[in-house]
Amino acid sequence: MKTLVWVEHEGGNVKDSTLSAITAAAKLGEVHLLVAGQDVGGVAAAAAKIAGVGKVHVADAAAYANALPENVAPLVVELMGHYDAFVAPATANGKNIAPRVAALLDVMQISEILSVESADTFTRPTYAGNAIATVQSSDAKKVITVRGTAFAKAEREGGSGSIEAVSGAGDAGLSSFVGAEISKSERPELTSAKIIVSGGRALQNSENFHTIIEPLADKLGAAVGASRAAVDAGYVPNDYQVGQTGKIVAPEIYVAVGISGAIQHLAGMKDSKTIIAINKDEEAPIFQVADYGLVADLFKAVPELTGKL
Amino acid sequence: MKILVPVKRVIDYNVKPRVKMDGTGVDLANVKMSMNPFDEIAVEEAIRLKEKGVATEIIAVSIGEQKAQETLRTALAMGADRAILVVSETEVEPLGVAKILAKIVAEEGPGMVILGKQAIDDDSNQVGQMLAALTGRPQGTFASKIEIDGDSIKVTREVDGGLETVSLKSPAIVTTDLRLNEPRYASLPNIMKAKSKPLAQKTPADYGVDVTPRLKTLKVAEPPKRSAGVKVADVDELVAKLKAMGVAA
Repeated sequence: MKTLVWVEHEGGNVKDSTLSAITAAAKLGEVHLLVAGQDVGGVAAAAAKIAGVGKVHVADAAAYANALPENVAPLVVELMGHYDAFVAPATANGKNIAPRVAALLDVMQISEILSVESADTFTRPTYAGNAIATVQSSDAKKVITVRGTAFAKAEREGGSGSIEAVSGAGDAGLSSFVGAEISKSERPELTSAKIIVSGGRALQNSENFHTIIEPLADKLGAAVGASRAAVDAGYVPNDYQVGQTGKIVAPEIYVAVGISGAIQHLAGMKDSKTIIAINKDEEAPIFQVADYGLVADLFKAVPELTGKL
Repeated sequence: MKILVPVKRVIDYNVKPRVKMDGTGVDLANVKMSMNPFDEIAVEEAIRLKEKGVATEIIAVSIGEQKAQETLRTALAMGADRAILVVSETEVEPLGVAKILAKIVAEEGPGMVILGKQAIDDDSNQVGQMLAALTGRPQGTFASKIEIDGDSIKVTREVDGGLETVSLKSPAIVTTDLRLNEPRYASLPNIMKAKSKPLAQKTPADYGVDVTPRLKTLKVAEPPKRSAGVKVADVDELVAKLKAMGVAA
């Protein structure tokens, strides 16, 4: 089986979630990549070095600069004549592009796979991760998105893929990129952080996120996350959200501060290796999944914890 | 302009799903069902566009069993003008749903389709993108803001790093994220009024769409359970645990 993996990149680097997608794709067979973007020669060279990669298709044009699905999907479809499966990371961009590809190929996509059972059978989470479905696809070609936390990252070095330029149809004339407000942070990225400190509605305001959560995160070298309630209340931006519809994370240590543990939140973090919960309500559902629970007022306990570390 | 709003009847947001003992699926017998929360946001957005004078008519559509009528009545009570129920007693996959919707789009010619980014039952996150592909329209997925700007639609999207804005040529497909708006509750008089709003019944065959599933569910299982650990007495004990894990200085 030959698979084509769409490469997500940022600032000239291949993103970690793509490395996990490559690991998943390798279980299906030979792995080729598609790097689409503007001035992406460096990305393509880096992608070709990833262990196990055969060929890297490079589409370098302004039309591909911002991963607009209207432009990228037809490019993928053009290449899919030579492949049996299309694989993308289940990131905001991957989720935006893959179903458009699937429909153009008349294929029913398999979303956010957790494992590859065989060439046509996969497991995937449904109902906010409360039910894991094993599904078998009867489509001739497969279109798959991959949950990053479920697969190890492919090694960035060790491969020697060939690089081949492709042109594609370019701008479909349907959409254009206007701009982005991307959160800048010195902290690690949520989805690849080893430690995450997350805050919930109990933080009460955005100021408390700065004075209570962030110092602890900085002490631990951790990323900062949040529950939906905290994001909805405007304490932190949307990209902090961990949960069913936010980011799915599985760090070594997840510290939940003032988070009650709604099923939608648990869906995003329950695969963390160690979960620590700090909450003043000892009945909070978060304690049912926490390895270490501390029943305490977060406004006292968290600064004390930060001070003692 | 007309706005088409597809809605899905799903398990209620607050209900904890239970996997059936025989591993065939999730037990939905006697479980509270509601409109998919993301679709509620879509209905609300369509109503706001109508209130602003941008939209002239809102058509709610659902593909599912007869009981999905209730979901459509909710959409009508919120403010949709009429509804279409495409009846299928067997589950229709996102690809099939998108194909049916594409036919309805061709028939109704809406200036915009707004729908939830994902349904909270199958968590597929596919229909909007697939519909956009099948109709050759641009897509603004995971929207947190929609602005009509002449012949184009500006959509602010929730992406991994923050927010991104794209400009789409009308007509477009937009999928909603959580923070686009807060859906209203239907008032009692509007719930009564909704009962007399038109609701057409169709079948996938009426649209000439083959909805035979492409995916076969072999098994549905509960995820590995996490068991509760221990409660620590105080911060000092927690510090000791962290040190034992080798993270604290």
